Amino acid sequence: MAVIEVKDLTYRYGIGTPFEKTAVDHVQLTIPTGAYVGIIGHTGSGKSTLIQHLNGLLQPTEGTVMLDGKDIWADKAEMRQVRFRVGLVFQYPEYQIFEETVFRDIAFGPKNMGLSEDEIHARVKEIAGIVGISDDMLEHSPFLLSGGQKRRVAIAGVMAMRPEVLILDEPTAGLDPRGREEILCEIDLYRKKTGATILLVSHSMEDVARHAEHILVMNKGSVFCYDTVQRVFSRAGELQKIGLAVPQITRVCAALRQNGLAIDENIYTVEQAKEQLLKLLRQKGVNRGC
Amino acid sequence: MKIRIQAEDLSFHYTDEEDNAISPEILKDLSLTLEAGSFVAVLGANGCGKSTFAKHMNGILIPTGGKMLIGEMDTADERYAYDIRQHVGMVFQNPDNQIVATIVEEDVAFGSENLGVPPEEIRQRVDDALKAVDMYAYRMHAPSQLSGGQKQRVAIAGIIAMRPSCIVLDEPTAMLDPKGRQEIMKTIRMLNQEYGITIVLITHYMEEAVQADRVIVMGDGNVLLDDVPEEVFSHVEEMKQAGLDVPQVTELVYELQKSGVQLDSRIITEEACTKALLELFA
Repeated sequence: MAVIEVKDLTYRYGIGTPFEKTAVDHVQLTIPTGAYVGIIGHTGSGKSTLIQHLNGLLQPTEGTVMLDGKDIWADKAEMRQVRFRVGLVFQYPEYQIFEETVFRDIAFGPKNMGLSEDEIHARVKEIAGIVGISDDMLEHSPFLLSGGQKRRVAIAGVMAMRPEVLILDEPTAGLDPRGREEILCEIDLYRKKTGATILLVSHSMEDVARHAEHILVMNKGSVFCYDTVQRVFSRAGELQKIGLAVPQITRVCAALRQNGLAIDENIYTVEQAKEQLLKLLRQKGVNRGC
Repeated sequence: MKIRIQAEDLSFHYTDEEDNAISPEILKDLSLTLEAGSFVAVLGANGCGKSTFAKHMNGILIPTGGKMLIGEMDTADERYAYDIRQHVGMVFQNPDNQIVATIVEEDVAFGSENLGVPPEEIRQRVDDALKAVDMYAYRMHAPSQLSGGQKQRVAIAGIIAMRPSCIVLDEPTAMLDPKGRQEIMKTIRMLNQEYGITIVLITHYMEEAVQADRVIVMGDGNVLLDDVPEEVFSHVEEMKQAGLDVPQVTELVYELQKSGVQLDSRIITEEACTKALLELFA
């Protein structure tokens, strides 16, 4: 089952002015329910414009966006529900925090959904647990927290609406390596607990390689490729040609292969490279023994 | 001008108007010397004090204990405030927060104008600075039309026009895409190698840190590791404990070593890694 289906989506802005630009150009896309899709592409490749269509922040110039088989623009009265079901976490979401306490900030979305006090309370507690916000922190002002903690609060605020589709635009930008990994693991945990579909926009190929199952590569407003992580990284050369950086380890393995080493084509994590190399070393050892 | 930057037993906490401490000690008896003309990368987890240290280098913050010396100038001495800011320029994370004018070349001229540089000379300095960062063709553009990487280069040009001896960059690439990051790193290396400007680069990207001559790892307000990049990154466990990472190639070498493969642990570049691995199979 596809939770989101994008049909022939085109978005133009500045129509009729000298600045007219096609930001998204005839995009077709099917996101299966429960998938984890990493979205990569240059600044200006159309990825942010595309994701803003998925919860109706932008209306297509042409084409349709379907949620569970229904055009999200068919009935404008339904749009509010669409926005609850498809949660969007913007870049640097901590700049959108405004409430007096962490609890109230996370509760803002659920409150807008018209949930009961008890339900709101339960959801805030549950999500706070997922993103590692302690009970006493809930009563603090969010503005006293560190940058990484503020980011978590902001993400929790979207998760608390329990969206079926959670879209995050570079949720790890500006964080240190440990903070990056923690946030990505918290997203994994949310997915595990709710079965939600995840769309993660990232500039980090390493992060996408470790956490996503599918990768959508955008280039110049179009889909450059959309496939499993493995198959996308096996096209490392093409990705580099359009100016995207593949993981360092993938580049090293490609160089090894060029030098005649029989190592797999689609290696994108350190663990995979280690296993492969150890296997090759053992084979070599055996040959030597003969 | 060549100027050495020196922190002597530097401590810092925030204070209220009556000098009462209102924050824990952020920097703790930190002593460091940054040689003129060097390229130093500073790494550390969020909250380790690296940005606080950076802000001491041009007197935005003044030590609560110990001293910060820019050449012979003590940042605590107000008479030197202008000189120090001319010598040590700062570039911050968000390009949009640093651009003040509506035309690129006016923005680049802003700092020099404040220093009271004569107009003809400003003209020359602005042109030179824009050429140095490869943004001369955009001199009449509005900054809003530029990409993030281009805006950061404009911010750097504004600093260069002040003829500093040192530029401190606090996560200048955090908000940029891979292409913008490469542009900035190229510019930084060029300023260091061709103009002899001391570079202090605070970053979370290990692949940027490996390009420096020296890497300082900070943790809890002090220095944890301080050495050439090859040595610093060979401490894989310590780096991870500090909430940091090592380049993927270094991690691969480390993992292979743990499985009994003989390899040099000072491998930090793709080229060195490829070469070492090929030798294993030779």
